[in-house]
Amino acid sequence: MIRVFRDVNVDWLGKRRIFIGLSIVLMLAGMGTALYRHKVHPNGSEAFNLGVDFKGGTVLIVRFKQAPSVEDLRAAISKAAIKDALIQPVLDKKGQFLVRVPHQGFEESQTGESQAGVDAARDKVREALNSFGAEAEATKSLEEDAKAAYKIEGTDAVGQIASKQLRTQAIAVTVAALIGMLLFIAFRFEWTYGAAAVIAVFHTVLVTLGLFSIFQIEINLTVIAALLTLVGFDVNDSIVIFDRIRENRKLYRRMSLYDVTNLSINQTLSRTVITSGLVFLSVISLVLLGGETLRPFALALLMGIIFGTYDTIAVAGPIMVWWEKRLEAANKLPSLTPRQKGVNANVSREERARSGVGKPSRAA
Amino acid sequence: MKKKNLLQRAIIIGVVTVVGIYIVIGPHGRRPHFKDFTWSGIKATLAQNISLGLDLKGGSHLVMRVKVEDYLKRLTEDSATAAQNAAKDAGFDVKEARAETTGGNYRVSLQVGDPSKVKDIRDAVEKKVDLSDRTGWSFSSSGNTVSWTLKGATQVALGESATDQAMKIIESRINAIGVAEPTLARHGGQNSHEILLQMPGVQDPEHVKQLLAGQSHLELVHVVSPPSPAPSQTYSTKEEAIASLNSGGNIPTNRRVLPYTERSELATQGANPNAAPPKKWVVVESPAIIDGAELRTATANPARAGGEEYDINFALKKSGADKFGAWTGANINEYMGVVLNDEVKSIAFIKGQIFDQGEITGRFSKQSSEDLALTLRSGALPAAIEYQEERTVGPSLGADSIRSGVRASVLGLALVVVFMLFYYRGSGINAVVALLLNMILMIAGLIMFGATLTLPGIAGIILTIGMAVDSNVLIFERIREELRSGKTVPSAVEQGFGHAFVTIIDTHVTTIVSSLFLYVFGAGPIRGFAVTLVLGLLVNLFSAVYVSRTIFMWLLTHKGKRVESLSI
Repeated sequence: MIRVFRDVNVDWLGKRRIFIGLSIVLMLAGMGTALYRHKVHPNGSEAFNLGVDFKGGTVLIVRFKQAPSVEDLRAAISKAAIKDALIQPVLDKKGQFLVRVPHQGFEESQTGESQAGVDAARDKVREALNSFGAEAEATKSLEEDAKAAYKIEGTDAVGQIASKQLRTQAIAVTVAALIGMLLFIAFRFEWTYGAAAVIAVFHTVLVTLGLFSIFQIEINLTVIAALLTLVGFDVNDSIVIFDRIRENRKLYRRMSLYDVTNLSINQTLSRTVITSGLVFLSVISLVLLGGETLRPFALALLMGIIFGTYDTIAVAGPIMVWWEKRLEAANKLPSLTPRQKGVNANVSREERARSGVGKPSRAA
Repeated sequence: MKKKNLLQRAIIIGVVTVVGIYIVIGPHGRRPHFKDFTWSGIKATLAQNISLGLDLKGGSHLVMRVKVEDYLKRLTEDSATAAQNAAKDAGFDVKEARAETTGGNYRVSLQVGDPSKVKDIRDAVEKKVDLSDRTGWSFSSSGNTVSWTLKGATQVALGESATDQAMKIIESRINAIGVAEPTLARHGGQNSHEILLQMPGVQDPEHVKQLLAGQSHLELVHVVSPPSPAPSQTYSTKEEAIASLNSGGNIPTNRRVLPYTERSELATQGANPNAAPPKKWVVVESPAIIDGAELRTATANPARAGGEEYDINFALKKSGADKFGAWTGANINEYMGVVLNDEVKSIAFIKGQIFDQGEITGRFSKQSSEDLALTLRSGALPAAIEYQEERTVGPSLGADSIRSGVRASVLGLALVVVFMLFYYRGSGINAVVALLLNMILMIAGLIMFGATLTLPGIAGIILTIGMAVDSNVLIFERIREELRSGKTVPSAVEQGFGHAFVTIIDTHVTTIVSSLFLYVFGAGPIRGFAVTLVLGLLVNLFSAVYVSRTIFMWLLTHKGKRVESLSI
């Protein structure tokens, strides 16, 4: 039998200071970068590279028969009075470009649109691109239309009001999902367990967002979906360990919570690593083959899985144990907390009294 | 583990698998033919069975917002005018009528001459104008100001009904131009006043967009002018027109100053017809005699037989015709204007009483006259709409997405299968069977519920591959642990499933909870992702737990004797 880990006996909780310290450093680095970018705008960047979904504006996907250089394209577009357009060639599709046009406040005179709606950027860009030749007819593909030089294959335009709505919605959904998790775990386990799991997840979300800020990866609707998936996935990991703790507390009534937690993390370690590895494999295939549209989504998942696995072991456990101890100390007279390592630690009276903390497990 | 139990389980699994496979690849709504089960036949039915989202098959996705604030503003302004007229008609002295429409407050206020008559003025106004408490306005007065404020709840209700009305009008316009299989629905939460329109296959929605947003607000108005035979009174600048009102540069609420593009003179002078006609201004009475709501039909017709220019002929409904007939009868030789979208299109004097026919002349092209007639027929939008989201996907882009999605799924599946077989050997086969069954049943579920498959949906499928094997990993790791602690194979399997089951339920419920949040609060593409994820997880309870366990049961019993070892 192949085994990743053989009888691991690591004192994870003993290293909690290093872990928590590392987590705080990671979070601060990400949030610090975001704050710095927000205040200073180095190279015109913002705290987060928000996509059109959240910032408003237009993205067009244009395909050429004869791909012009990015410089020519940029010159043509800025000639048409379109400000600050970003042009990005699509790496794996020849002749294809992404043209990002920030919100310009063009007025669509014919329909009398206000500045809160979407821009007429598609028309403006089409005007600019006509200097390279005609666009393919609407009913024909680029290949079918012999006279055409290019075709606008897709657009994503979002107005100011909608982008603001989507922004609030994204934050609200993430917070609601976290609260939902907290309630569910509190129902199945204890408040402290729920809080620990949610803090761990929140940490992962913050670290992932921080990395998105550092590397200026675009944040769009699908990234939020990825973050929410992470929330679920990450809490899963914590629950597997909590389930084990609950079970072990009944089996080893004399063992301290500290040791039971360590034991449970060690017992489930191979599962944690294998599952994360497998999800990692499927996400890697998404990063490699999923195409340009899904890349930010896949990257968010990739980062989240790495930190999600780490925080289950390094953050959720220690916080839960610390919290339970605080509660214990508040309930009972102050006493020495056992610091000894190893499975056969001395068991204090308090802990014996508190054994079987978790609600009865159905498996027992 | 009894034989009978095993047989029963095997039958259930067999039936579910066969039904699942048939749902995925079998034709629906007709009898299957033999050729449906050839490779190309399966491909064709598969494409029919799975409904693809716009991002995969191509099309336009538009979110429009009804500018309800404009609607409420107009309502308030019209009410202010009407209130002033009603008070004056009842013989009260009204110095000024104001419509305040800033900061989400809509208030009509009148400055009255005699503060002691406030109650009488209120009664007189509310008798004629819909400003009563019952219709959602709250009355207040201080000194010589009387005012009516639109209540918050009424604002919401009016906003909703305006949005619903706009949606009906948009629906009739879409049907009139023959968009294939459109989806029209309310979008966003209450008070967002948004409408979602999806049009599969439409790559360039520009024409549809213009047509839908087309305002086409038609009014017939009384032009302030000396009666015929004197020519109609026009002014060459707006300032001049306003000055003629003698009201200190303000436009009183019962008057409007509108641009007027004169065309008949040009034609008689034989000037260059392409030159921009001079813009003039006219003063008209407010409110209008009748407006577009009274319209029965409108059609585009060539102005002259075979000519390039088009006119729009319209006919009025019974109620409009009565009003119009009474007015024209009483105003022979007065000038009447046809106003389209706040622009006077033509002015004519009333020769005799007219009841229900009219004409808008204005050098329309064939296309624009037809569009106008269509928007007139479908009725005026209660307020302007603005586009909040416009997403278009060309078919080749969609095909690219499908290709990369399928490739990523296959690679993800292959990597996971290889790892499971390598790491868990014999039992790995068990996990792979469960995984494949999961995929089939998940797609069957998508088809059964008529869910649409989107690109994020494909991402959901790929993620499910990773998460589905988690259950098997949990079970297998637990069985290994039990074996290590010296249990016999059957009891290790028993214990492994028993212990892992609690955890599996907990983890599945948490993920389903977070997916529900995604579904309830998420927008279009995120929903597709949530649907596939939830389906995958539900199916997984069957495939990874029930099916896996049955396979283990079969392995442990079919050898007849006690099983000493397990390939895991």
